[in-house]
Amino acid sequence: MKAYSLFKKDWQSELRTRYAINALAMFILVTISVIMFSIGSEKISEYLTGGLLWVVIFFSAMSGLSRAFVSEEERGTTMTLHLIAAPSTIFSGKLIFNLLLVFLMNFVITFLFSILFNSFIIKNFTLFAIAFLFGNIGIAISSTIIAAIISKASSKGTLYPVLSFPILLPLILTLLELTKFAMDGNSVSSSFVEIAVLVCYDVIMLTASYLLFDFIWEE
Amino acid sequence: MINYTVELNNLIKYFGRRLIFDGINFSFSSQHIYGISGPNGSGKSTLVKIIANLISPTRGKVIHKNNLKEVESIKLHNHIGFVSPYLFLYDEFTAEENLLHFSNIRGISFDKERSDYLLNELKLIDRKNDLVRGYSSGMKQRLKFIFALLHQPSLIILDEPTSNLDNLGKEKVYELIKKEAENNLVIIASNEDSDIALCSQVIELEKFKRAN
Repeated sequence: MKAYSLFKKDWQSELRTRYAINALAMFILVTISVIMFSIGSEKISEYLTGGLLWVVIFFSAMSGLSRAFVSEEERGTTMTLHLIAAPSTIFSGKLIFNLLLVFLMNFVITFLFSILFNSFIIKNFTLFAIAFLFGNIGIAISSTIIAAIISKASSKGTLYPVLSFPILLPLILTLLELTKFAMDGNSVSSSFVEIAVLVCYDVIMLTASYLLFDFIWEE
Repeated sequence: MINYTVELNNLIKYFGRRLIFDGINFSFSSQHIYGISGPNGSGKSTLVKIIANLISPTRGKVIHKNNLKEVESIKLHNHIGFVSPYLFLYDEFTAEENLLHFSNIRGISFDKERSDYLLNELKLIDRKNDLVRGYSSGMKQRLKFIFALLHQPSLIILDEPTSNLDNLGKEKVYELIKKEAENNLVIIASNEDSDIALCSQVIELEKFKRAN
């Protein structure tokens, strides 16, 4: 409940300041436009559009999701949070906020891909939905803990993608594989290993994040 | 009546290689106002941040006890009210929205009656629905007092409590501090003579430096 109240505060603040939403919207528009201009009238393969989808999602996440903690640090309200909530409440609240942002962002990106790229054809929608669900959860968890780590650093902008890349790489690789399977029309049962990897990644990242956050949060 | 105590056991703080203070042993208890004084850079703010569990000491320990029972560090924020010039509230919310969010995040129900009482005492009641962005620095300082007192904490830590306040604001704040000290523990870090005059005991931080 406390975490939900923190999420509510962040969401109301976001609606007033448009701190992350504007950055995300502009980034999505620009990257998809650049891809479309560079492709021109060329016909690209299905697998390539699947790959491009996750590239856009990865870099969009880099541009907007660090805001959860960075905005508090920049406004000097980190200490205020220290004074009103336990570290686990803060991490949970920020995670709920990032989960909502990731789902919103990825729905928009996937929708734009499906209407703008003819070769983006998903044959097994259930498999893609499973990958999308657990992939988004993984991106949100990783982005939240990395945002907490980098919020204290002086060069936040450059550090975020650098730190995120090795952490998100196993997730992105698994998601690329599952998207390929969904485009090929493979069944969910034949993709069990990749789905299990995805779920394990989410569980491991969530557990590690809660264990680490106390140490990251304390000065 | 709540008996809240804070014990400082051999506190040492370094920033890098620079020693801030060394070997502070002190005991604070309820119904008193304590002062922490010293010249600029002597570590007043550092010490109050350590007491409030906002930063860790290099060595030593701070023990908070509520009715003789040690308070877990994870629950410490429920017992502390903190005011300082480096504390910021959310500019994009009104005063009342700030207080409402803080109560909800603390997991307590928003006490509108107490909120209005404090807003009225600190002359902010007419501006409670204005965005904090439009407040003067003195008004923001008054709002920080409401933020610190709304949840009725047992330990009130005030770092330079009268900075940015006009004479009327200072008088009101002194009145509130005295009233709070009737039941609670108040610690003031300041160089202002009028702030220190309220205190029954004062820690002179200059005495806790040693030559490197």
